[in-house]
Amino acid sequence: MLSFLAMAEWSPYVVGLGIGLVSCAAFVLSDKPIGCSSAFARTSGMLEEMYRGRQVREMPYYRQFVPEIDWEWMLVLGIVLGSFTSAALSGELHLEWVPSRWAAAFGGNPVIRLVTALIGGIFLGFGARWAGGCTSGHGISGTLQLAVSGWLAVCAFFAGGAAVAFLLYGG
Amino acid sequence: MLTTIHGNKPLQLAAGLGIGFLFGFLLQKGNVTEYDVIVGQLLFQDFTVIKIMVTAMVTGMIGVHLLRDLGLAQLHPKPGSLGMTLVGGLIFGVGFAVLGYCPGTIAAAVAQGKLDALIGGLAGILIGAGLYAHAFPWVSRVMLPKGDFGPLTFPELFKVNHWRVIVPLAVVLVALLAVLEWAGP
Repeated sequence: MLSFLAMAEWSPYVVGLGIGLVSCAAFVLSDKPIGCSSAFARTSGMLEEMYRGRQVREMPYYRQFVPEIDWEWMLVLGIVLGSFTSAALSGELHLEWVPSRWAAAFGGNPVIRLVTALIGGIFLGFGARWAGGCTSGHGISGTLQLAVSGWLAVCAFFAGGAAVAFLLYGG
Repeated sequence: MLTTIHGNKPLQLAAGLGIGFLFGFLLQKGNVTEYDVIVGQLLFQDFTVIKIMVTAMVTGMIGVHLLRDLGLAQLHPKPGSLGMTLVGGLIFGVGFAVLGYCPGTIAAAVAQGKLDALIGGLAGILIGAGLYAHAFPWVSRVMLPKGDFGPLTFPELFKVNHWRVIVPLAVVLVALLAVLEWAGP
């Protein structure tokens, strides 16, 4: 059992099966579908509140997504702890500035990679909240509920993502 | 019994943490904490992301609908519209390719020591989500109502029992996995 938990990688089918079962558990135990991106919106609201005070909570968006720690925020914290545990068990905790595929195409300069990641993150955060969910909330939870929004979103995520990936890496 | 559990806030926060722990553990074991794997999927060179997502979809759609038929789960489909889901999804896609992580996998990637995820990506997502909160009055008035279809599901759209969607869809998705396994890299 321990050697299984210490493996560096599991079959994608085992991982997918596990995520499907964890999704079922979320519905039964918490009456909620798994999702991640609203936790980032709430965190952003909490940070803005530190600078601008309570008026932030009067913004229409933060009246819907109150800047507080909720179930989904704890879920994202859980992801951090779970991934850390998994990587620690398999000895995969390493600090890395530049991913190897990126370095092979664009060089190993960390500043260029960090600035690109920041810009990518801005689009990702903006788009996730615009679409009302991310690869978890729409891509897994939406599709498995047979929601039209989930299937449309996952098509748009991968269509937009593939188009830009081919532009970046020149096909 | 379940509604008592659902109403207990501290218990729910603990449940969220536990469910997230398992989810993060699985994401790391699935290797989708790697930029190379996610961008490899978008370039159709590495099919790990699709294999994981499709297996999760098939497992989850059968499991959740079975639980719902047994009265143990309720569905919560998100509302959508072309202006919301399609436009927002395409913007998300741009970020997905440029950053090379998504909101769930970035949390897992940070935990494993990916500094581009921690310092660049995480800050970007928080800025992007904050900017959206400021753009929301305009976006919600002008863009989100376009082509609205609400929290619609495919069984509702086709007016059929959910199993008449799940069974053929599961067959198609498993066939897709078989083709990927047989032909793929």
